[in-house]
Amino acid sequence: MRRTSPTCTLLATLAILCGLSAGQSDNSQPPSLDPALARAPAVAATWINPYAGQDNAARAGRKLFERHCAECHGQSGQGSERAPRLAKASVHNAPPGVLFWFVKNGALKEGMPAWSRLPDQRLWQIVTYLQTMTPEESAKTSP
Amino acid sequence: MQLSCNNVSHALAPLRRIALRVVFLACAFLPCGLAAPARAQGRAYFVAYDHHMEEPGALELSFNPALGVPKDGNKFLGAWMEFEYGATGWWTSEFYLDGQTTWNESTLFTGYRWENRFRPLLREHWINPVLYLEYEDVNEADKTIKDVVGFDSGRDLEPNDEARHEREREIELKLILSSNFKGWNLSENFIAAKNLAGEAWEFGYAVAVARPLTLAASAEDCTLCAENFRLGLELYGGLGDWHHFTLSETSHYLAPVVAWDLPSGVTLRFSPGFGLTSESHRALIRFGVSYEIAGFGPRLARMFR
Repeated sequence: MRRTSPTCTLLATLAILCGLSAGQSDNSQPPSLDPALARAPAVAATWINPYAGQDNAARAGRKLFERHCAECHGQSGQGSERAPRLAKASVHNAPPGVLFWFVKNGALKEGMPAWSRLPDQRLWQIVTYLQTMTPEESAKTSP
Repeated sequence: MQLSCNNVSHALAPLRRIALRVVFLACAFLPCGLAAPARAQGRAYFVAYDHHMEEPGALELSFNPALGVPKDGNKFLGAWMEFEYGATGWWTSEFYLDGQTTWNESTLFTGYRWENRFRPLLREHWINPVLYLEYEDVNEADKTIKDVVGFDSGRDLEPNDEARHEREREIELKLILSSNFKGWNLSENFIAAKNLAGEAWEFGYAVAVARPLTLAASAEDCTLCAENFRLGLELYGGLGDWHHFTLSETSHYLAPVVAWDLPSGVTLRFSPGFGLTSESHRALIRFGVSYEIAGFGPRLARMFR
């Protein structure tokens, strides 16, 4: 009987797993959104922020933002040469689920890391904070 | 003449050790002046990899000593200094310098390793694959035990004086599969390594799971709070080689892991690992301290404009 080599078995298993992981749907948002956010699947717009309107969550989100995001996006989201301004209307008015999806997945080709290493709860806290940023305040400090 | 050379060599040994440490520390802290620290969190694991890449342009410095307690032979302290750089969002490159000290023997630099991780799928999926390619040039005295492949054994350890003269140039491939679910990370690594001197492919595995103690963050900055701690468990070992793909006569370890992300940006890790088979060391106790410098690459590039 012919034996299958362990490497072949391993590679076949891995190919199947990679195929499974790649086979998810990828419906895009309507074009009214910021182009970067429009990459989120349509279903993301229906996700509800469990912390919406909670002051504590926004404060926790601010702490997380300063820890993980401010180096590129600026302390108050005013942006820098490395990353765009976040305190703007298209972020403020975006569906929270779309922001959540974007922060979690990032835009790896453009240099925005995927923050899936943080638990969903912390990502929602960041989203809560992002949506408290007012575009007017940012415009004053924007470079 | 031979005797006098030996005497000089012995006399210079402590100096060599000190010089080695100075070079090690200089390599570690030289980049600190170039950029501001960030407070991103590195991976909790010592051996396994997950799919999270280094942020683009960021440099993570990490020092990871491992205290080995063999079943027979001298205790040792293997250590690696790690420089992890986020080349792009989907490509992370790491350079390692390895060294070790063995009780009643000597302290020596054992070699270097260069690894690259590539993330082929740019979005989050249930299973996220990462491809890993490493080249290593170490001598057989290397005791970092960063992973276990083939029939790597904790038995019959060669003395440093003999092992240091045998070089191992290897390539290592890994397929990393990693998933996040409800705050948990589960990672599986499949390892294939080949000594370029013409030896057979060797195989190994690492499986790990980790989770933060609490999922949501608190509103206040804190140091000793649950949100800053991550707990995990790693299981890793050898799977024989191309000719004998097997679990028998291979080393396997089970190691709980705890990681503590300090508000200052430093991450401390600790992992007491236990050998599970007769071929394994009795214990491998690992420590890790890491520090990430965000925007290192762009700031360095600006200096040369």
